[in-house]
Amino acid sequence: MIWNRQAECMPDKERQKLQLARLKETVRRAYENIPYYKKRFDELKLKPSDIKTLEDISKLPFTTKTDLREGYPFGMFAVPMKDIVEVHTSSGTTGKPVVAGYTRGDIDTWSEVVARCLTMAGATNEDIIQNGYGYGLFTGGMGIHYGAHKIGATVVPISAGNTKRQIDIMQDFGTTVITCTPSYALYLAEAAGEDGVDRKKIKLKSGCFGAEVWTEKMREEIEERFRILALNIYGLTEIIGPGVAHECDQKAGLHIFEDHFFPEIVSPETLEPLPDGERGELVFTTLTREGMPMIRFRTRDITTLRKGPCKCGRTVVRMDRITGRSDDMLKIRGVLIFPSQIEKALLEVKGIEPQYQIIVTRPRHLDELEVQVEISKKMFSDEVRHIEEFRRKIEAHIEKSVGLRVKVTLVEPKSLPRSEGKAKRVFDKRQL
Amino acid sequence: MKLKQISIFLENRKGRLWEALDALAQAKINIRALSIADTSEFGILRLIVPDPDKAKKVLDKGNFTVKENNVVAVEVADKPGGLAEVLKVLSDADINVEYLYAFVQKSGEKAVVVLRTENTDAGIKALKAGGIAILSADQLYAL
Repeated sequence: MIWNRQAECMPDKERQKLQLARLKETVRRAYENIPYYKKRFDELKLKPSDIKTLEDISKLPFTTKTDLREGYPFGMFAVPMKDIVEVHTSSGTTGKPVVAGYTRGDIDTWSEVVARCLTMAGATNEDIIQNGYGYGLFTGGMGIHYGAHKIGATVVPISAGNTKRQIDIMQDFGTTVITCTPSYALYLAEAAGEDGVDRKKIKLKSGCFGAEVWTEKMREEIEERFRILALNIYGLTEIIGPGVAHECDQKAGLHIFEDHFFPEIVSPETLEPLPDGERGELVFTTLTREGMPMIRFRTRDITTLRKGPCKCGRTVVRMDRITGRSDDMLKIRGVLIFPSQIEKALLEVKGIEPQYQIIVTRPRHLDELEVQVEISKKMFSDEVRHIEEFRRKIEAHIEKSVGLRVKVTLVEPKSLPRSEGKAKRVFDKRQL
Repeated sequence: MKLKQISIFLENRKGRLWEALDALAQAKINIRALSIADTSEFGILRLIVPDPDKAKKVLDKGNFTVKENNVVAVEVADKPGGLAEVLKVLSDADINVEYLYAFVQKSGEKAVVVLRTENTDAGIKALKAGGIAILSADQLYAL
């Protein structure tokens, strides 16, 4: 099923024409209304009128998360506040969060693109969608919600967590489509199994899973356990939220809604655009965003773009499953975090040695983060109780600072590897 | 009255206990008594040795995390109820025992118990008042 055949199956030429017109308009609005972009353009001696073809996009400056953070809270908005009807933020664990502002038109666009996603998952106005993405400042919950409204489905805004209730409602309401993070889907499946839930009572047919890196193996497991079609959804707050791209049932990559979001792949080292089919960092320029136009936003996500029509009939470009990041950022249970944040929190605890290692694992489908810390003389005691207290104090402090529950393990002094240069402190043992 | 005890942090790793004891063996340090407290992730090896300062130096050099602290050694009759009697004295004085470990002497007449109370001085006071024989360091090492 295709929600918007006209937009999703547009001939390349026609789409490129539309994209160019929208790109020019976006660049003009960004330049005229956002001081940050005016300054950047002026530094490069660039005028909006210099953008004459789609290829000219490579003349434009990149935008990074740091740039956005400097504009906190509303510095990147291109319209007066009276026109902003909603705001969301990124998780903000890496400092000030990025604030995204939406006009009424942006909410319409968001509803439209998520409607396309849900339709790819086979959802119609006959379906009951259990939305297990978090509602609130996080874009996941509301984005899916708007899309569900757009297609006229019945949305159950259950939000994230509360596993028992999720399973009860799934059976009692006869949920047909579920949206949540893939790791939570697996967790739900396991919990349902432990509760002895009869599979016949579960009417699920499909699910849109995203907001974290996952694998084909996880897909197989979700599909097998729930007997559903499990599809990949992609999006980010800086661009709009969920709904930037989604897989169709061909599972041949995620279709990017190119009439709204212009994708590029660049080399993370040189920042030069890479030819089609090459792996690199995904960069997005919004084409219709009113509240917060975004020019060449570096997502730090690593993927490949694949052009050419899909068997489903859509002509828009597809991106591969995200396989990594161009920075050392970790995504733990959906929360983005830099190892340096953990280091900072760790060093704030008195009496600690600045020697640590971070180990990420995924036992039973949920991410676990272990911080190994070398015990110091100050921490050591002849009593287990005191050492345990210290260990828990570190755990509590890290949780308070970075918003993530971690497990702290104490190891012997000088047992962690030392290095002359940049120490390798992070070991991501999840098989992604 | 107080006795110096050496505590060593042991990561839960194969051969680590041996490494600590080997370091002491190389330095010809004899162990009078020992106990190990173990948790799922680490252990604490506690030792009574004739020359705790030397032992600490040796272990420090071997990159072990070592701490010295005071404990009390008492003599207990090697018969049923011997240890219970000591603990009753402490319990009556409302003194909390953090941990203890015991070793039996060859003669079979007396056992020695190493005690760690929350407050060492209060512990000693209570034990004395209860008529329990506290061993001095010299007495203990001479055993």
